[in-house]
Amino acid sequence: MATKQFRLPDVGEGLTEAEILGWSVAVGDVVKVNQILVEIETAKAAVELPSPFAGTVGALLVEAGQTVDVGTPIIEIEVAGAEPDAKPAAKPAPAAGAAPAAKPAAEAPKREPVLVGYGVAQSATTRRARKNAPAAASPAPAAVASAASAPPAPVAAAPSVAPSAPAPAAQAPTVAPTHVLAKPLVRKLAKDLGVDLSTITPAREDGVITREEVERAAAAPAASPVAAPAVAALAEDRRVPIKGVRKATAAAMVASAFTAPHVTEFLTLDVSRTVKLVERLRAQPEYRDVKVSPLLITAKALISATRKFPEINASWDEAAQEIVLRGSVNLGIAAATPRGLVVPNIKGAERLTLRQLADALAQLTATAREGKTPLADLTGGTITITNVGVFGVDTGTPILNPGEAAILAFGAIKQQPWVHKGKVKPRWVTTLALSFDHRLVDGELGSRFLREVGRALEDPAAVLL
Amino acid sequence: MTPVVLANDEGDRMTGRRAVEKSTTPNPASGSTKRAPQGRGTRRTTGLKDEPEFIQLLTPTGERIDHPDYPLELSPEEARSLYRDMVLVRRVDAEGTALQRQGELGLWASLLGQEAAQIGSGRAMRPDDFAFPTYREHGVAWCKGVPPVNLLGMFRGVNNGGWDPNENNFNLYTIVIGSQALHAVGYAMGVQRDGGDSAVIAYFGDGASSQGDVLESFVFGASYNAPVVFFCQNNQWAISEPTSRQFRVPLYQRAAGFGFPGVRVDGNDVLACLAVTRAALEHARSGQGPMLIEAFTYRMGAHTTSDDPTRYRSSDEVESWRAKDPIVRLKAYLDREALADETFYKTVDDEADELAAQIRSGCLALPDPDPLSMFEHSYAAPHAQVAEERAFLADYLAGFAEEEH
Repeated sequence: MATKQFRLPDVGEGLTEAEILGWSVAVGDVVKVNQILVEIETAKAAVELPSPFAGTVGALLVEAGQTVDVGTPIIEIEVAGAEPDAKPAAKPAPAAGAAPAAKPAAEAPKREPVLVGYGVAQSATTRRARKNAPAAASPAPAAVASAASAPPAPVAAAPSVAPSAPAPAAQAPTVAPTHVLAKPLVRKLAKDLGVDLSTITPAREDGVITREEVERAAAAPAASPVAAPAVAALAEDRRVPIKGVRKATAAAMVASAFTAPHVTEFLTLDVSRTVKLVERLRAQPEYRDVKVSPLLITAKALISATRKFPEINASWDEAAQEIVLRGSVNLGIAAATPRGLVVPNIKGAERLTLRQLADALAQLTATAREGKTPLADLTGGTITITNVGVFGVDTGTPILNPGEAAILAFGAIKQQPWVHKGKVKPRWVTTLALSFDHRLVDGELGSRFLREVGRALEDPAAVLL
Repeated sequence: MTPVVLANDEGDRMTGRRAVEKSTTPNPASGSTKRAPQGRGTRRTTGLKDEPEFIQLLTPTGERIDHPDYPLELSPEEARSLYRDMVLVRRVDAEGTALQRQGELGLWASLLGQEAAQIGSGRAMRPDDFAFPTYREHGVAWCKGVPPVNLLGMFRGVNNGGWDPNENNFNLYTIVIGSQALHAVGYAMGVQRDGGDSAVIAYFGDGASSQGDVLESFVFGASYNAPVVFFCQNNQWAISEPTSRQFRVPLYQRAAGFGFPGVRVDGNDVLACLAVTRAALEHARSGQGPMLIEAFTYRMGAHTTSDDPTRYRSSDEVESWRAKDPIVRLKAYLDREALADETFYKTVDDEADELAAQIRSGCLALPDPDPLSMFEHSYAAPHAQVAEERAFLADYLAGFAEEEH
């Protein structure tokens, strides 16, 4: 009597795991060869596994519902008159890295039950080290070390893949991807002659380096050093250290552009009524000592629209895997200052009246231009307007202020021919562009929101006042 | 009308072949291009809506019927041997599937349901006829005398074939879909130039019929009047793609466009497959050129062990074909005609069990190849780059050997 283990096979060419759907046998059952033992489900199909042994079921090593790796022993069968597996004692221990048990001598002496087509997936632990491994080739000893010392990965099912150490991007050898064009034979020739193809300037129009050029380069006297042709002295490049606002802006833009999938939508509309409203407000005594601009109405329109679509005033919290719906509207205004771009925000902007909002805007921009914006005003923004119209451009595709779900670009307001009440008339027209984080804002929400802002600017009296 | 005589040995088979007269040979579609030759008196329907008739000599209930173009005389012994072949091959196939499920094979392509098409056509061949299989022709391999365990090597990943194609006139399994049809035509053209009277069969499936290689082989076979039979096992599914998507006209009717006859035969009727293939081989070897046989059958199992057919076809469809099972059908005939008794069936079943056990132990005993052997047959002659790569791998492997001390 000997105990045989049946290991989960790869039933579908390259699968690594399967879920146990249900056992057809129980401990103590007598089974024949090819009798169905268990049903499993892989990424490809649900299949039944027949028994490779005849005998008595000794133990079921995995339960229904469990997902196990290929190569994991799933059942033990007591087989009469056969030699035991190599490691009979190590019973239900989920022998993750255990050496593969030897096969019964009767069947095939010394055959390891390594499944066809791949080695049993025992990950790196059982892989033998190469003796003559060139030292230089070992890719990242530091990464391995840091992985080893790193705290255990929170996800249980991550046996072999070490939590990827942060890629030392800064230290990575900068292999500039020089895209030289040359046929394989020419590349071979260049390699043989020791010619660096990237040093050759191809004469051909399509940029392909020819055999003759390689041969010429090889024949050329050892690359005439510092023989830069003295063309009329050009003005020298100026190098400015990256620091301060520029550095912060760059980091924020990179972080935003490459984490939040941006979508930008445009809306061109007639804002003549907004222009008229601005004129009317300016004439009112109440607004005499404060700046009133179309930006003010746009800000109000945006705030009003967030009330209708509060989901736009939100934030993606990757770490917590949550979407944060912001309680208040902290309206950021992108401001160009002598020190660079800053985006101070007006906290609780949804509570402000139009007049209060006008004050807040004026103060915010003034403080920013003086470079005195307190840190508190620079953090905690929830949604932003960038007023590119002041520079005379029509619109742009703004990049989100990191952590926010939407940003509105407000373009220049120009008089343009526009169909108004069935006739082409000169009207005040502008283009709004809304970028939003597509992880949490769908096209429908973004579109409806932008439309709502536009509606307010088309008819501000009806919507805002 | 001279019947085709199913012979017991090769000599008789030769005689039987000589006895075939024009009347038993299907007429090329030259005169009436509308239709390939078909049964006149005994047209049977395939049971499927809008499908044309096919040639049938044995109904699903085991009733023997005649066909004017494809007569068949069958001795009781021959009928029993066809039954035996189908049962044994089905068991070989089941063992292959089980071995895959136990991790002993990387893959297995099941022939379940196609036994009649394979045994019928395989038994129609003479030993000197050459077969070019796909990767599912375990039944044809059996007829050509390839030991079943030899079929397993490639599926176990320990060799690239497992038999000498010239020993049994059975080419190696071809994984590339349809390319063997070109090989077959090329071989047939060789036979033609050698002046032999052997014939060649190219096996392929309905899926391969959409492959350029197969259609090119039709063109070449027809152009050179090569002694080749195109034997398509239309098992209704090209993995998950139904034939309805591949065929605007029934497959066998395509032959007319290439200029040779095409017939549809009940692929679950071993007698019809035998008679029709035999006639087609005669057609080929008598210098009349190619012929296309569409064996209308069904793949009862998955495309391969990596496939899950329940995802794309209904169980109703499978059940309707189960009622046409080729083995059940022949057994019904044997019972009806009292050609076999329980002792016979028991003997065959025991033989199948024994064969399965042999295959199992033979599979487990297949030697793992020396890693360096992979270079041996890359080129017929020594090749500098292969030698270099071989040396590299040898050095690499030696690195482990030293480590273990």
